[in-house]
Amino acid sequence: MKNSLKDEIDEYFVIIKNIVGNDIIDTNEFYGEKQVVVKTNKIYEVLAKLHSNSLVPFDQLIDITAIDYPDNIPRFEVVYILLSTVSKKRLTVKIRVNEGDLVKSSTGIFKSANWSEREIWDMFGIFFSGHPDLRRLLTDYGFEGHPLRKDFPLTGRVQVKYDTEQNRVVYEPVNLIQEYRDFDFLSPWERPEKDSIDDGDKN
Amino acid sequence: MGVDINEKLLSNDQDSILSAAASDIRNKGFIIASADKLFNWARSGSLWPMSFGLACCAVEMMHAAASRYDMDRYGMLFRPSPRQADVMIVAGTLTNKMAPALRRVYDQMAEPRWVVSMGSCANGGGYYHYSYSVVRGCDRVVPVDVYVPGCPPTAEALIYGLLQLQKKIRRTATIAR
Repeated sequence: MKNSLKDEIDEYFVIIKNIVGNDIIDTNEFYGEKQVVVKTNKIYEVLAKLHSNSLVPFDQLIDITAIDYPDNIPRFEVVYILLSTVSKKRLTVKIRVNEGDLVKSSTGIFKSANWSEREIWDMFGIFFSGHPDLRRLLTDYGFEGHPLRKDFPLTGRVQVKYDTEQNRVVYEPVNLIQEYRDFDFLSPWERPEKDSIDDGDKN
Repeated sequence: MGVDINEKLLSNDQDSILSAAASDIRNKGFIIASADKLFNWARSGSLWPMSFGLACCAVEMMHAAASRYDMDRYGMLFRPSPRQADVMIVAGTLTNKMAPALRRVYDQMAEPRWVVSMGSCANGGGYYHYSYSVVRGCDRVVPVDVYVPGCPPTAEALIYGLLQLQKKIRRTATIAR
């Protein structure tokens, strides 16, 4: 009898555990996709093994991203999303990183990690050691701060305008003419206290 | 007849202008018109916008230029160089990083020059008004003549904005007295 998809996924996950078992801290499953949390200082070795093993070779790095959990210690989670084009399998590898920690760059394994790591450095300020060219990727030249950190102010710290006396575009501190207004009372993320909602249909 | 032509230069009636001018040349060998109105007629009839698309508004700008709305019938054809252009259509979100480049391109345009701010983002930051990386209105960087509202504005709205710009040019006194 043919194996079900779930059996198949469980089967390949056993293989992965055999390959990098010693470095796994935690495992998860999310909508049928496997996740592993590995030791931060072993990420390069884990990715190298996942990349070059012959059973389930993860030959493609889809993306690297990061999440800021300001209340957690360590604060950040760096997420590597891998694809095995040979076995048609996906795997999410996570590491937990504190502010100021060094993460070994995976550009030696995956070329595409270059810009992904630059973006994470830009947006979260996580430093990748051994990266060939760790500059900011997206933000303005001379930008200060890391915008996707939860403690970064939404409107930033500077704005630009054209200075007619200096004949060039200059930076100045942010000055909002109109206060920030939030009309999204139904958002599950920032719902106000239930009694404070003025429901027009109440009476 | 000269007065007649001046009045007609202010209208959009190209055929009557041409027939009046042709009959003047045939009968008298010359035509009389006031120079500033002639300049305004020529300028508003050959507004060459620079293709400066920054975001999704650029797609609507392309629609306005394509066969259905066809900006070419107003004498508007896109130029790839700011030095050959009269109008800059700021079509899309202007970011802090792009602002110096936009200003430089504007400075490279020859006088007389006009700016059309297209869409909410260029008008006042729009959806990204509170963002850390977006200019809250391109009028902080370049002087704007016409604001076209919408997110994005339709191709018709952009054409309407450009026709408003033509009207604005026609009622300007070009010669300083």
